[in-house]
Amino acid sequence: MLSSLRPAFVTMLAFTALTGAALPLAIVGGAQILAPEKADGSLVIRDGQPVGSLLIGQNFTGAGFFHPRPSATVEPDPKDSSKTIPTPYAADNSAASNLAPTSKALIDRVRGDVAALHATSVPADAVTTSGSGLDPDISPENALMQADRVAAARHLATDQVRALIASHTQLPLLGFLGGARVNVLALNLALLNMPR
Amino acid sequence: MTVSGFAQILVVLLVPALLALPLGRFIARIANGERTLLSPILAPVERGLFAACGIRAGASMGWRGYVSALMVFSVMHFILLYAVLRGQYYLPMNPLHFPGMSPRLAFNTAISFLTNTNWQAYAGETTLSPFSQMLGLTSHNFLSAAAGIAAAFAVSRAFRKGSGANGLGNAWVDITRITLHLLIPISIVLTAILIALGVPDTLSASTTVTTLEGVKQVIALGPVAFQEAIKNLGTNGGGFFNANAAHPFENPGVLSDLIENWTLLLIPFAMPVAFGVIAERVRDGIALLVTMVVLLGLFAVLLYAAEAAGNPLLHALGVVGGNMEGKEVRFGVALSSVFAAATTGTSTGAVIAAHDSLMPLGGLVALFLMQLGEVVPGGVGSGLYGIVVFAIMAVFVAGLMVGRTPEYLGKKIGAREVKLAMLAVLILPLCILGGAAYSLCTASGLGSLANAGPHGLSEMLYAWTSATANNGSAFAGLSADTPLLDYGLAIAMLLGRFAFLVPVLAIAGSLAAKPSVPPGQGTFPTDGALFVGLLAGVILILGGLQFLPALSLGPLAEHVSMLAGHSY
Repeated sequence: MLSSLRPAFVTMLAFTALTGAALPLAIVGGAQILAPEKADGSLVIRDGQPVGSLLIGQNFTGAGFFHPRPSATVEPDPKDSSKTIPTPYAADNSAASNLAPTSKALIDRVRGDVAALHATSVPADAVTTSGSGLDPDISPENALMQADRVAAARHLATDQVRALIASHTQLPLLGFLGGARVNVLALNLALLNMPR
Repeated sequence: MTVSGFAQILVVLLVPALLALPLGRFIARIANGERTLLSPILAPVERGLFAACGIRAGASMGWRGYVSALMVFSVMHFILLYAVLRGQYYLPMNPLHFPGMSPRLAFNTAISFLTNTNWQAYAGETTLSPFSQMLGLTSHNFLSAAAGIAAAFAVSRAFRKGSGANGLGNAWVDITRITLHLLIPISIVLTAILIALGVPDTLSASTTVTTLEGVKQVIALGPVAFQEAIKNLGTNGGGFFNANAAHPFENPGVLSDLIENWTLLLIPFAMPVAFGVIAERVRDGIALLVTMVVLLGLFAVLLYAAEAAGNPLLHALGVVGGNMEGKEVRFGVALSSVFAAATTGTSTGAVIAAHDSLMPLGGLVALFLMQLGEVVPGGVGSGLYGIVVFAIMAVFVAGLMVGRTPEYLGKKIGAREVKLAMLAVLILPLCILGGAAYSLCTASGLGSLANAGPHGLSEMLYAWTSATANNGSAFAGLSADTPLLDYGLAIAMLLGRFAFLVPVLAIAGSLAAKPSVPPGQGTFPTDGALFVGLLAGVILILGGLQFLPALSLGPLAEHVSMLAGHSY
């Protein structure tokens, strides 16, 4: 046991300094020089102001924007810090709903969301929360379901909006890996740039 | 289920299985003290470290020496990490002024990272400073992984011809060489790739943006990429963020997901090959690898089938498609399913989907993969020494059937080895079933549950399973930061790591002292399809028989009641 003390101590000091300080700091420095936009979170700048990150979903509620998926994130209640209040897309506090498939809370929530959509057949991603609560994407079917509403609010032809969705749809990698998806922030930014 | 879904599972599992062959040989070179590509740079560093440690590179240990080295190493690291977590408020690089962790949470977290579990009873972005994440957690991801691989080296050397009782190698040399030649170089390459794919790496802890609708959004940031690389490579699994690799900053797209899923399988798949090379029985090592890949593939398909079928209770409301609650659109159902299987089959515990919201049978597969003892393919190092225990059981069973003294790789397996192997394996049901049963009899345990009905039982069973198997994933609805679970699960993590490791190293010591016997007519071949089948059977039956009653009260009961239209 005692003979292990010196090598244990030396190994701990050396590798904590190397893997816990020197290397991570060197990588932060290298990343800031070689790829600063990505290292700082892929922020989107519009009129000189950051309006979000392309990788992080944000909450859109207006009729003229595409809406993201429901989100289960919360923030502490300012009135009582032991409680939390639902705050969709709180990007400083990622969280899933963690509701079981047999949870009444899940089923009631989905029933309410389906009713609000006035649709008979709803793509699953439109009424389910994501694993992070920050999903930046929706499925193309979910976007198409919203096309009429967005077009009406913006006084655009539905076909124009559908074409915009099609041009913003990312297909699965190599045609089969992952899900087809539309980045909500990129799509909404493109909406703002459309000529009326 | 679709053809493309199966194709995605194949891509995820076969790429690391093929890479395991060259990587396993490379790992064996590290174990055997041979030169590697980076030796011109690293050899002087090694010599300097060994001199500072006061050890001679050739000094080999017996099993007691190896165990005590790993123990002293672990105790020292526990003290360091506990101090960092408690003293966070007074330490540098804490821009959001987070307070130190409470004593019980720091105890739980320090044990968790020390045992390569990375169970997280806290949310990273709202609890830990960049300093704690880097100096506290990232460094422990390296060291707990290196310690696991080192122990696997010791076990592998026991099967060499003429190894001798003191032939298990030197723990300090192993830990040093594994960290320098294997973990650090691969992590640096992975970090660069992940940053190029969008994973942030900065010292600022957050940034604030104003959305197009004029709402302020605070976005948590940090030194994510480097920690992400080693957390998968070392099968640690502890996420920088609460949502772990479901968080777009940990895993921004399909390519990053494939890379992370491949890396968490890479070393566990390579270890049996390294074992074969070190023990000079390559074909026997590959038989272990085949067993791992076949069983994991089978379970990945089962999990995918459950998720792709979707939730009938939601289908009744007009929802179409597979189960997307807790899943990200960019990954979809198939990649989320195969990741869930890979992360529970290895002892990683990183997640790209909320396991609490998996379908009942999907959650059952995740639970079962951990309950098998983390051997298909298990954690880095621990998966290998775990499956060697099952291999010893398998030849013992075969020996009983034909009435001959069992042997494995030329070493006779006696009563002592079989008793020690059983001792190691029995830790799992003791901690998992005992712990979950006790917790569910207390008000505190019941108060931690987030879901009602049979799923509540699954939540508690999952917590004790994950802790004991050193996995670290969770049915995360469970409130885990309570005195009962902080202390209880910490003890389960300790027993799951060390009460397994010590008997295994004792077996290694006892086998190393035995002479190697040449294969005779009655020797059961351990490098063919028959052995793969027998080993798979022993793994499944030992796992299944112990846990089937508990699983039928949790996920199976939930599945049946879901089909009957019940909710809770």
